[in-house]
Amino acid sequence: MIGMRTLFDKIWDNHVVAREEDETLLYVDRCLIHEGSRHTFDTLHERGLSIAHPDKVFAFSDHYIPTDPRARAGGVAGIADPEIRNMVELLIRNTDAYGIARFGWGDDRQGILHVAGPELGLSLPGIVLLGADSHTSTHGAFGNLSFGIGASETTHVVATQTIWQRRPGTLRITIEGPLGFGVTAKDVILAVIARIGIGGAIGHAIEYAGSTVTRMSMNERMTICNMSIEAGAKAGMIAPDDTTYEFLANRAFAPKDRAWDDALRFWRTLPSDPQASFGKEVAIDAACVVPMVTWGTNPEQALPITSRVPDPGAEEDLDRRAEYGKALSYMGLTPGMPLADIAVDRVFIGSCTNSRIEDMRAAAAVARRGRAVVPAWVVPGSQSVKRQAEAEGLDRIFTDAGFEWRAAGCSLCTALNGDQLRPGERCASTSNRNFQGRQGPLGRTHLMSPAMAAAAALRGRLTDVRALGRSG
Amino acid sequence: MEPFATLSGIAVPLEEANLDTNQLCPTRFNKVPKAARFAQILLHDRRFNADGSEKPEYILNQEPYRRAVIAVAGRNFGVGSSRETAVFGLIGFGIRCVIAPSFGDIFFGNALRNGLLPVRLPGATVAELMRQLIGQRGARLGIDLPNQTVTGPDGTIHRFEIAPLSKRRLLRGLDEIAHTREYAGAIRRFEDDAKKSFPWLYS
Repeated sequence: MIGMRTLFDKIWDNHVVAREEDETLLYVDRCLIHEGSRHTFDTLHERGLSIAHPDKVFAFSDHYIPTDPRARAGGVAGIADPEIRNMVELLIRNTDAYGIARFGWGDDRQGILHVAGPELGLSLPGIVLLGADSHTSTHGAFGNLSFGIGASETTHVVATQTIWQRRPGTLRITIEGPLGFGVTAKDVILAVIARIGIGGAIGHAIEYAGSTVTRMSMNERMTICNMSIEAGAKAGMIAPDDTTYEFLANRAFAPKDRAWDDALRFWRTLPSDPQASFGKEVAIDAACVVPMVTWGTNPEQALPITSRVPDPGAEEDLDRRAEYGKALSYMGLTPGMPLADIAVDRVFIGSCTNSRIEDMRAAAAVARRGRAVVPAWVVPGSQSVKRQAEAEGLDRIFTDAGFEWRAAGCSLCTALNGDQLRPGERCASTSNRNFQGRQGPLGRTHLMSPAMAAAAALRGRLTDVRALGRSG
Repeated sequence: MEPFATLSGIAVPLEEANLDTNQLCPTRFNKVPKAARFAQILLHDRRFNADGSEKPEYILNQEPYRRAVIAVAGRNFGVGSSRETAVFGLIGFGIRCVIAPSFGDIFFGNALRNGLLPVRLPGATVAELMRQLIGQRGARLGIDLPNQTVTGPDGTIHRFEIAPLSKRRLLRGLDEIAHTREYAGAIRRFEDDAKKSFPWLYS
């Protein structure tokens, strides 16, 4: 209907600086960078460019920082690998040189940019927030337009405070109904990606809607929006509501006092108009979602834990048959075997998808009921999550159950800081990508929720967390 | 950025679908400075064994594909992370154009900004090009950006779409930042207005 606009439309329209042909110059309110942003600074140095608004750029130490608490105690100079140490030092030097706020080593606000950023109140409704990392879609959980950009685009953004974009299409994914016992936001987003595919949302901004989503906490919403990129989406977003405002109130970079009231008035106008139309619509029945695990080498290759490893020979589509065959060969799996029979060598609970306090609580609720039989790491997403978990005694629950409690960072999700799988090792992981080699060369990744990963640690194999029963 | 107008040369068929950025540039190479080793880094773990020796069966390690300047690939090429090193690898190897049915959005934008032309063609067209390239080893493709066409080994001409502004930038090797600087006045006006309309964001 004419005049009826979606959340995405409203944010986009508010940020148009200029148009040329079919591209739009969009204003960027905030830009997040991290240790991996070296190529951006290299270009700034080479070309002698300055940063338009250093106060709109925020840097996080996360991708390369060690998560081993002993290494953290040793300081930056103690990082053994000179290339990794260089990346940590480069961020310090570059942010100092350009006057950019850094949440880095030794700062109690340090953490993964998509965990620590929202904690700081940087992710506000209605803004355009870009990040030098594909999982920047996470921040859309606050009702803004957030997406990941490459090094050249980041250079352009910090030099001009703008970005050229073609307007993406809109896709609404409506999820209705209560989630069953043992089913989490991670299972919902894995089910969505399995349904629409890793290319299913290419060229589209997703809005997640429906009663399942509106009942979710901010942490759960961030898990959902985080993996939008795994369906190929430009962005993922959720309309702001009281849950959003409660989370943001009194955060360091959120507006205060009179400005808060002004902001709130504006934010309440953002949700999609009731009659607004979307380019595409997908509906998901929450009652049909069960605990999910991936069996293959991309996030769409996911199935309910109660299923069996697919048989490529049963696939009629020849391309898919070849794809499945290659995935199984890399993963070392036999067609038809129950997913719950897959033994794992390692467990990783962490990453920008699942390292927030509720994830720690969910994993601890399972961990307290047994003992890890394989090496299991718990890596909180930020120092703030770490402190909160420790205040609640979760670290003790983990360590008493034989899990390893580490310092905040990306760790084994990106495998950049030295935390990585050995060739052939199989990991139950709460991260976001099961691509070949993602957690280390020839490493094998199965994605799942924190509770499912904790259950895998106790059993040494992929496990339906529901089989452990309700916690007593 | 090096301008791109027309290109004719050997096209390598990369049959695999979903070649994500972890395959194009394994994460551990993201810390390598631009320029240096990127010819070796492209699809590194497909091309090399753990000891650094080549895997002779991988197509990019075979003649004449070491001299490929175009790649024809399966759907969802370059999905995954924002790493621009995936593009550096292709360019370092000598590839200036990738043809596929679909691309990861971030990869697509990164490619355009580095003078690598990403061409979207329908799945059936890509499959046919792939069939011809496999049947006729070392066959050449022609890319004509001004006319937005790909000429197949059999001489068939396929038209492709590209955003006009992106096309102009590629043709002239235009620097995007210099271009945006022409809008400095508009950006300043936007900021002045935003401070009035959204004071809470500037308080």
